[in-house]
This record gives sequence, structure tokens and C-alpha cells, in this order.
Amino acid sequence: MDRRDFLKRSLGAGIAAGAAVTFVGFPNIIARPSKSIAGNPFDLVAVKGGEPGAMFDKAINSLGGIKNFVKPNQTVVVKPNIGWDTTPERAANTNPELVYRIIQQCKNAGAKDVYVFDHTCDTWTRTYANSGIEKAVKDAGGTIVSGDSESYYHEVEIKQGKKLKSAKVHQLILESDVFINVPVLKHHSSASITVAMKNLMGVVWDRGYWHRNNLHQCIADYAAFNKPTLNVVDAYAVMKRNGPRGVSKADVVTMKSLLVSTDMVAADAAAAKLFGAEPDQISYIQIAHDMKVGRMDLENLNIDRIKI
Amino acid sequence: MKLALLKKFRVVISLLFFVFTAILFLDFSFSLPSKISGSVLYLQFIPSLVKFVQLVALSAAGFIIVLILTLLFGRVYCSSICPLGTLQDFISYISKKFKKKKKRKFVFLHANNRLRYSILVITIIFFVSGSLFAVNMLDPYSNFGRIVNNLARPVMLGINNASAFALESINVYLIYPVEFKGLDITLLIVPIVILGLLLWLASSKGRLYCNTVCPVGALLGFMSKFSLFKIIVDEETCTGCGACEKVCKSSCIESKNKYVDFTRCVSCFNCFDSCPTNGLKYEFALKRKVKFKDVEIDLSKRNFISTTLVYLFGLTTIAKAQKQVEVYKDNTVPVVKKNPVSPPGSISLDHFTDSCTACHLCVSACPTQVLQPSFLEYGFLGMLQPHMDNISGFCNFECKICGDVCPSGAILPVKLEDKKLIQIGKVKFIKENCVVETQGTDCGACSEHCPTKAVKMEPYVNPNFATPNLRIPTINDEICIGCGACEFACPTKPYKAIYVESNPVHQIAKKPEVEELAPVDTEEDFPF
Repeated sequence: MDRRDFLKRSLGAGIAAGAAVTFVGFPNIIARPSKSIAGNPFDLVAVKGGEPGAMFDKAINSLGGIKNFVKPNQTVVVKPNIGWDTTPERAANTNPELVYRIIQQCKNAGAKDVYVFDHTCDTWTRTYANSGIEKAVKDAGGTIVSGDSESYYHEVEIKQGKKLKSAKVHQLILESDVFINVPVLKHHSSASITVAMKNLMGVVWDRGYWHRNNLHQCIADYAAFNKPTLNVVDAYAVMKRNGPRGVSKADVVTMKSLLVSTDMVAADAAAAKLFGAEPDQISYIQIAHDMKVGRMDLENLNIDRIKI
Repeated sequence: MKLALLKKFRVVISLLFFVFTAILFLDFSFSLPSKISGSVLYLQFIPSLVKFVQLVALSAAGFIIVLILTLLFGRVYCSSICPLGTLQDFISYISKKFKKKKKRKFVFLHANNRLRYSILVITIIFFVSGSLFAVNMLDPYSNFGRIVNNLARPVMLGINNASAFALESINVYLIYPVEFKGLDITLLIVPIVILGLLLWLASSKGRLYCNTVCPVGALLGFMSKFSLFKIIVDEETCTGCGACEKVCKSSCIESKNKYVDFTRCVSCFNCFDSCPTNGLKYEFALKRKVKFKDVEIDLSKRNFISTTLVYLFGLTTIAKAQKQVEVYKDNTVPVVKKNPVSPPGSISLDHFTDSCTACHLCVSACPTQVLQPSFLEYGFLGMLQPHMDNISGFCNFECKICGDVCPSGAILPVKLEDKKLIQIGKVKFIKENCVVETQGTDCGACSEHCPTKAVKMEPYVNPNFATPNLRIPTINDEICIGCGACEFACPTKPYKAIYVESNPVHQIAKKPEVEELAPVDTEEDFPF
């Protein structure tokens, strides 16, 4: 249903009244530091062999601790993949234990609010509940927010975009001080694999536009516009086929891995290697590298490799 | 027991039924209805009757209880159980507050038997000839459901959303706005007309709707002639003061003749409460002959026979006409859905259209809003019966709520594991409309959403474009369940490149094959 249709249909519902609320200015998305943190020697941290929470602790310590990214009284938005109405062992959504630990660390660093949302594919109330993420967020003291209402999304211009010139983006992404992107590494029927850059499709309202207008280019375009403060790639359990939804538990292998980087392209390239694919064979990684969104030449990057 | 207490008892019972039934249609947590609808709606006459005709099961015996209650005490259904009845009482109560004259009085009206029994007969004829059209348009419970689902629910969601926006501006995300799909204006005509009729009749004439339009009221009214207990005037104690006549919302007490038309009495018991002299009795009918002065009854019998003849011949053809209708036509690439898709658990289009009373409880209980009232998808006679609208949503793989809440047996409850294999339709792919073909770029939205991977992406070389590593959807309809996720997700405009063609009779899909993957050695070095 396109927007006009939606409006037409919801006229009688009085919902249009709510949609009329306007917002002005989103300074944070422009001002947010996207470069790597000063004094940090590593472009990428890769951890292997531990539980999700413990691996995150190791990785964030390697980058100088969460305090390098989250300052007291800041608002944080954590964006896991909560796309599918499946249970955690199916690994279609980000590991809830990892989400829990990230929020906990942010809270410990003095974050005022930690918000979590995703624009889901299946019905959001069910994916939030059945992924275990809603509970993890509440237990860790975060706030879970719906990504299911167009009214949350606000039009922004994407100057860098070749195909994607504008997008409606969730206000939490636009307004929060810190943006932590927490994708799960998976096979993906459209994009080959989904990691950090592809996960950002869940912060915009109209994904159909991307699909219609050169998906790979749009993924790279948006990545050029909106760089998260930190990317934490969950590769604890990895869906090797039938992604991104998966058909059964048999699609999943345990890899007990985690990647952390401020550079989405580096994170995606390393994740591709873990998955068993070559980064330059995945179009959006190559395009993003060429657009200088980040670097996929892992051999030239400073990587901290940690085994537990 | 004091008879005056009966009214209080009735009020409490009716409020309970009203509130719980309304909650079923208003809940948007999508958790409550599947748990309580079975018990709350057990006694709703038409859904129960329809279910019984289909299933002949104890779980559908609610209408029998109502019939027994009617044969014992009269139309208690109409005042205590029927939510549309209670809605009329609310309308009447509120309008009384706004009227200038402080005390509004009802007066005795003569029965319009010709009209009410004609409507009943027409409804029965439709029903017997296999169409629920008349039942669906007139069933008081289903009308109540449609009024709440189509009119009250959007208002409530609007209020909810406005509050959510207000709170959100101060960074409180306690309540969330609900995206509202559907609500085609043309589909609102029926509930608006019925509500308008109710507002008019109930505010001026009490329960006139129940005694002229409602076929359930007419049927139970007819039955109540044989009730064991009837309200009658005690000629010895009655002083003819007319207090009862003034409070009788059915306008069925004629105080001057000390007469009660019990067929129109909805057993609200207001009269007992009003009588200063205990001049009314709830009497065991066999004790003495009640005088009936209903001459018109013969007329209505004659009417019954004549209308029966007319409709018996005219209708079977109309009933059949609803089965085969084109849903929509694609102007560029001809895409024709031969049939509408009915929800899993509804067995077949025939079973569904024969048993759905269009109360729209499944519509309000469906978390993905894929279930939407139909307009002409099932044909004119199937109007308002819900269908799977893959433009609004798709059937959630892990959900079976519609079958759990359906009170009429049109959608039967199924186990989740079984539901995952019920094939309500089959996927069809139109390559000419697909982004991969027309744009030469990757898409795959359909395959992403497919829960069984009946839609898979396979390598493809597009002769018109030089894109490397391109992949195009391929379909395996044996494992497709027709959930419509692919169709919903397909981004092509204006027409879809992938859609679900209905299975007029639902089938069982094959289980997707599962191959084990080799485990990964987590001790290995990093591959970079």
C-alpha cells in the first residue's frame, strides 16, 4: 500500500491527526562522530570462542572501554536485528544475551536512556517477544520502542546517495547521541549476506524503494549517510542458508564469534570472511568501499584478534 | 425471590456480556481474544447455530442453550446476552438524558408481525439455500462486531495514537501507535446504516429494531409463545395505572387491556421494577391459558408460504454466483486472481462462505491485519466476509489466532504445527513484472519473507543488463503455504510480480527438506 492509499484508508480513523505532528531539525545525525575514537589503535576487533556477553566485554575493553563511546547523560539507541518472529536458537535475530550486555555496559557508563527498536519484517509485537530481545532490554534497564509506525520516521536528505536521495528515518536514530548497530551475521537471499550495513535497512520506513532501485547501491548510499558510533556483529550462531528468515534450526551453525568496529565496511568484510565469502563478491561491500564509506581491505587494517 | 430484583440481575449479566464482547473486538495486544473468545461468545445465537450446522459438536451447542432458555423464560438472550441489544439500551439511556422531557415514556405499539416474520422467513430461506448473506447482514452479534471493529476500534486506535504521540514528545514510549490498515470506506456503509438505524429506533422507540428487523428476535419471539414462564398481568392486583407500559422498551404491554405481547418481550424485567402493586407475574404458563389477541399471526403464516415460494426459486442461482469472481485485473501484465484466499482452518471457500457470519472478530484479532473484510471478492452475497488481503499484510507463520477466536466455525481451530502445512493458496511468479528482469538489479524481497523457502533466489543472467551475480526468484509451490508474505513484500509498482492464487479447497503442503550442516570448528584461526 503506498502512502496515499494509507492516508485514504486511515482518514476515518483520525490517525491523520497524529501524523500531522511535525518535527524540526535533527542535529545529532550530522554531529555524531563517525570516525574512530582518538588514541584507539584498532580498526577492528575480532573475538572468538566465548559467550556473547563475555566476547563483547573483551572487544570493548580492547577499544578502551565503553566510556570511549558513551558519555554520562547521553541517550543511546541500540539497533539489533529483530526482524523475524522466530526463537533465539534460529539465529534470525540478534542474540538477546549480547543486546543485554551492551545495554548494561551503556547504563554503567552513565547513559541516560538506552532505546532499542527495529523496523521488523514480521509483526513487531511478536518478533520483539519471541526473539527474547524485549525481555533482555527490559531486564537490562533499556527502553524498547516500536518501529512500526510511520509517524516515528522523518524524511532526511541523503546528499551522498547515488540511488537513494532521501529516506524516512526513525527519530531515535536521528535524535540519539550514540548509535550502536548490532546486526547478526546471516545468509541473505537478496544481499548474499546481511551484516552491519544491511542492518540499517531496519531504521528506515520504506524498504520497498531500496528493493526497486538497485538494492546494493541503496545499502551503500545509506551507509555513507548514517555511520553508527559502533558496530557490534553477532556471529555467535550463524544462519548459513535460507536467510534472512531461515526455515529451521538446521540452517544454523555455532561459530562463537563477534566483531566490533566503528567502520561498517570493515565489519562487513570481516564478517563475509567468517561466513566463507569474499568481500569483493558482495556488491554492496565493494560499492561502499569504492564510495569510501569504509575499508574492506582487511590486510591493511589493524585488527585485534582475541581468542577466549 | 422478589421479581423486582430480576431487573438488577439482568443489568449485571448484560453488562458483563457487553463489556467482554466489546473487549474482544477492541483489544490490540492480540493476546486476549484467543484466550477468552470461546467462552464469551459461546451463547451468541447465530455464530453458534452456523457452527452447529457445520460441525454438530457440543462446542457449538450455545444456541441450543439459548433456545432452552427461551422456552423456559422468554427472550432472555435479547436483553442479557445480545450485545447489540445492550447497545440499544445504552443509546436509549443516553438519549433520555438529552431529551427535554425528564421522563420519557414508552407506549404500547401494535406488533408489526408481517415485517418481522417476513425478514425472518427471508433469512431462513437464504440460510437453507446455502447463503449466509441475509444472516450476515442482520445477525445482531455480527452487526455489533462490525460496528465495534469498523467504527469504534478506529476511533480508539486514533485516541491511542494521539496519546502515544503526546507522550513520545516528552520521550515516553510507554504506549505505542498502532499502524492501521484496511478500512475501505465502502465497507463502512453496512455498519453505518445499521448504527444509524439503531440510533434512530433505540432513541425513540426502545427495542423496535429487535421486534421488526432482527431475525433472531423474531425467531426467539416466535419460540417464546411456548415459553413455560411468561410475564402476564395479574388482573386482581393490577390497578391499570400504566406504570409498566411507560417503562416497557419493547412497547409490548397494553395496560388498559391488561395485556402483554410476550413474543415481543425481551425479558428486561423493567416492568416488575416499576409496578407499585405487584400487578405483574412471571407465571408458569401451563397453569392457565394466557389470552392472545394476535390476529395478524395468520397473515404472517400466509406470508411465510408465499415468500417461501418466491425465494426458493430465485435464490439458488444467486447463491452460486458468488463462487467465481475475478479479484483484480492487471492492466499491463494480465494478473487475474481467480478466487479470494480464505484463512487457514477454513477448509475451503465453500465451507468458509457457508459458515462465516462476518462478525469481523478475526479481523480485529489478526495481528498482521491480513484478514480484511471483503467487498465483492466472494461475490455480492459474501460481502463483508473476511479474506486474506496481501496488500495489507501477510499470514504470520507462527500465528493461528483467527481459528481460535472464530465463533461460527468458519475458521476452525488448528494446531500450530498443522497450520504451518495448510496450503491456502499457491505462489505464482510473473517474471515480466520482477525488478530483476525489468531493472536488472537484485531484489529478493519475496524470498526474504518466505517462511518455507518456496521462493528461492537462483543465479540469473539478464540478457538486457550486465549486472554480475544477479539472482531471480524461483518457486516451488509444493512447499508453499500461500501465506502471502512474498506478495506483501514484493515492491514492484503498480502491480506485483509475485502473488498467491487461492486454493478453493485448502491442501496440505509438503514439508521443506532439512539437511544438516557440518559443524564449524570454533578453535580455528580467523580467516582474515
